[in-house]
Amino acid sequence: MALALKRPGVLPGFGLSMGLTLLYMAFLVLIPLGGLVLFTGTRMTLAQLWQTAVVDPRVVAAYRVSFGASLLAASLNAIGGLLVAWVLVRYDFPGKRVIDASVDLPFALPTAVSGIALTTLYAHTGWIGRWLEPLGIQVAYAWPGIVIALTLIGLPFVVRTVQPALASLDQEIEEAAASLGATRWQTFRQVILPAVLPSLLTGFAMAFARALGEFGSIYFIAGNMPYKTEIAPLLILIRLEQFDYVGATGIGVVMLVAAFVLLLLINLLQAWSRRYQD
Amino acid sequence: MNGMNCPRAGYSRMAQAAIVIVLAVAVFLGGLLPGCKTDSGGSAATDQVTLLNVSYDPTREFYREYNEAFARYWKEKTGQTVAIQQSHGGSGSQSRAVIDGLQADVVTLALAYDIDAIALHSDLLPADWQSRLPHNSAAYVSTLAFLVRKGNPKQIRDWGDLARADVQVITPNPKTSGVARWNYLAMWGYVLRRELGPDFAAQLGDPAQAEAVAAAQAKAAEFVTAVYRNVPVLDRGARGSTNTFIQRRIGDVLINWENEILLGGRELDEAGLEIVVPPVSILAEPAIALVDGNVDRKGTRAVAEAYLEYLYSEIGQEIAGRHYYRPIASETAAAKYRDQFPSLELFTIDAVFGGWAAAHRAHFADGATFDQIYKPR
Repeated sequence: MALALKRPGVLPGFGLSMGLTLLYMAFLVLIPLGGLVLFTGTRMTLAQLWQTAVVDPRVVAAYRVSFGASLLAASLNAIGGLLVAWVLVRYDFPGKRVIDASVDLPFALPTAVSGIALTTLYAHTGWIGRWLEPLGIQVAYAWPGIVIALTLIGLPFVVRTVQPALASLDQEIEEAAASLGATRWQTFRQVILPAVLPSLLTGFAMAFARALGEFGSIYFIAGNMPYKTEIAPLLILIRLEQFDYVGATGIGVVMLVAAFVLLLLINLLQAWSRRYQD
Repeated sequence: MNGMNCPRAGYSRMAQAAIVIVLAVAVFLGGLLPGCKTDSGGSAATDQVTLLNVSYDPTREFYREYNEAFARYWKEKTGQTVAIQQSHGGSGSQSRAVIDGLQADVVTLALAYDIDAIALHSDLLPADWQSRLPHNSAAYVSTLAFLVRKGNPKQIRDWGDLARADVQVITPNPKTSGVARWNYLAMWGYVLRRELGPDFAAQLGDPAQAEAVAAAQAKAAEFVTAVYRNVPVLDRGARGSTNTFIQRRIGDVLINWENEILLGGRELDEAGLEIVVPPVSILAEPAIALVDGNVDRKGTRAVAEAYLEYLYSEIGQEIAGRHYYRPIASETAAAKYRDQFPSLELFTIDAVFGGWAAAHRAHFADGATFDQIYKPR
C-alpha cells in the first residue's frame, strides 16, 4: 500500500485527496484523541496515572471485566459468525434474505434498546431468565449478561467480513481436496480455514474493539457492581460525575493505549496469516 | 486550511510522516484559538426573554406548573413575556453539563454539593452562593421513604430492617446519583441516632463524648456495609432504580424521594406496592441558585433572580406543596399540606455531617467510606 503512494501520479489529484484525508482524520480522530492524551499528560504525572488508572484495584477489576468479556464475546462471534456466514453463503433456504438482512440489525439498533431487551429477557422474571434461575444461572445483572450483550453488538462485524471471503472461495477447491482424499475435517482445517482466516481475524478485531468501547447496553444489563460487573467505560463515567476529569481521562488513555496495542497485535497476526497469499 | 499545498508526489515516507504531524499540530493549535463568540445579549430591552432552568429528575411536573405561574406573574409585573425551558436529568450529570457549558440561567438540583461543584470547577457562580437565598438556598424540602411490595411481606418498618440478610434493597450508586447520597447519609445518621440517642447531633461535636461517637461511627460503617451487601443492582440514578424495582420486580424495598413516592399516589396500590415511612430520616434539601456567569452574559439577571425568589412566595410554596414537596417558607402552605406528609423525626446534613463538603470528603470521595464497602477482603 505504501508503495502505491510513492509511485508518481498515474491518477491526478493525489495532493488534494491526501490533504483532505489528513484534515478529515485530524478533525475526527487525531485531535480528539490527541486532546485526550494532552489533557491527561499536562494534568497528571506518570506516577499518578500509574496509581489511579493502572494499578488501582477497582480499575484493574474493571479492565478485567471489560477486556475479558470483550475477548470472550469476540471469540464467540468468531465461531458463531463464521457459522452464520457459512450458512448464508453456501445454502439456499426460504427466508435467507430476511436472515441476511437481520444480521445488520445490531449495527442500527440503539444499544440502550438491545440492553433493555436483553435484560427483560434474561432477568429472573423474563422469558428466558425464569427458566435459568431455578438452575442457578444468573445472566442479567451478572457477568454472562455482559458477554451476551457484547456478543450481540459484535456479530455483524464477523459475518460481514467473512462472507465475501467465503463467497470468493470456489466450491471446486473443496471438491478437489475431497477427490485428493482429504477428510471433511482436513478440508475445513487445511483448505477453507486458511483462506478465510485473515478476514475472520479482521472481523474478530473489529468485534473486539467495538465491545471494548460499548457502554449503552452494558449499563442496563450489568448490575454495575464494583469489582464484579463494573466495566471500564462506566468507571470513566463515575469519575466524571464526581468531577474527577483527570481521573476519567486517565482510564481513557490507558484503554486507548491497550486497545491500540491489542489491535496492532491482531493486525500483525493477520499479516502473518496472509503469508502464503499473493 | 487555505494555503495548504501538497507537493504532487514522490516524497519519502519520512516526509509523509512529517506532514501528518505538522498538519495535526497546526489543526490542533487552530482548535485551541478562541472561536468567534456570538453575542446574544441585549434581550433585556426586548419584551421576550427566555430562561433555562437546569434541574434534576423528579421536579418535572412541579416546574411545569410553576413555570406557568411565574410567566403569568412576570407578565403582569413587567409586561415582559418569559419562556422557560427545562432540562432534567441526574443531578450530578446536570451539574457537569453546566460546568461544561450548558447555558443555565438557574440551577435547581437535588443537593447543594452539585452546585458547590459548579462553583468549584467553573467561575460561573461564587463559592458563597448558598447564603444568597433564604433557608440555605432551599425553597422546598423533602425526605426519603421506602416503597415495598403490597402487604409488606418482609415486614420492613425502619432503616434497621434493610440490613437483614433476607432483604434485598434497591438504591442507586451514590457516586452518580443525588438521591442515593441522601439514602446513604440517612442510613448512616439512623445508626448514630440509635447508638447515641435523641440528642445525637449535639454529642457529635462534644469532645467528652468522643469515644462513644467513634464507636457509633464504626457501627454506622458496619451497618451501611451490610445494607449495600443487600443491594443486587447499582443503578446510576433514581429513575433507573425505580425501573429495576417496579418493572423488573427485583428487590424488596426501594428507597426514594418522598415527593416522588407520594406523587405515585393511588397508582401505587394498582402496581402492587405500598409506602413505608421510617420513624427517623434525613431532611433532604434540594438547592437552587442563580448562575451569575450565564445570566450576566445573556442579560437575564433580573428575571432569573425573580424566578428563584418567586419560589419562596405564597404561590410558589403552594405549588411545591401540591407536588409533594414540603413547603418551608410559607406557614399557610405548610399548614395546608401538613396532613399529606407523614410526620417523622428529621435530622439535617449540617448538624450530623457538617455540611456537604465534609460529607463528601468523608463518604463519597475516592477511597472514602463508600468505596471501602466494595473493597474485596
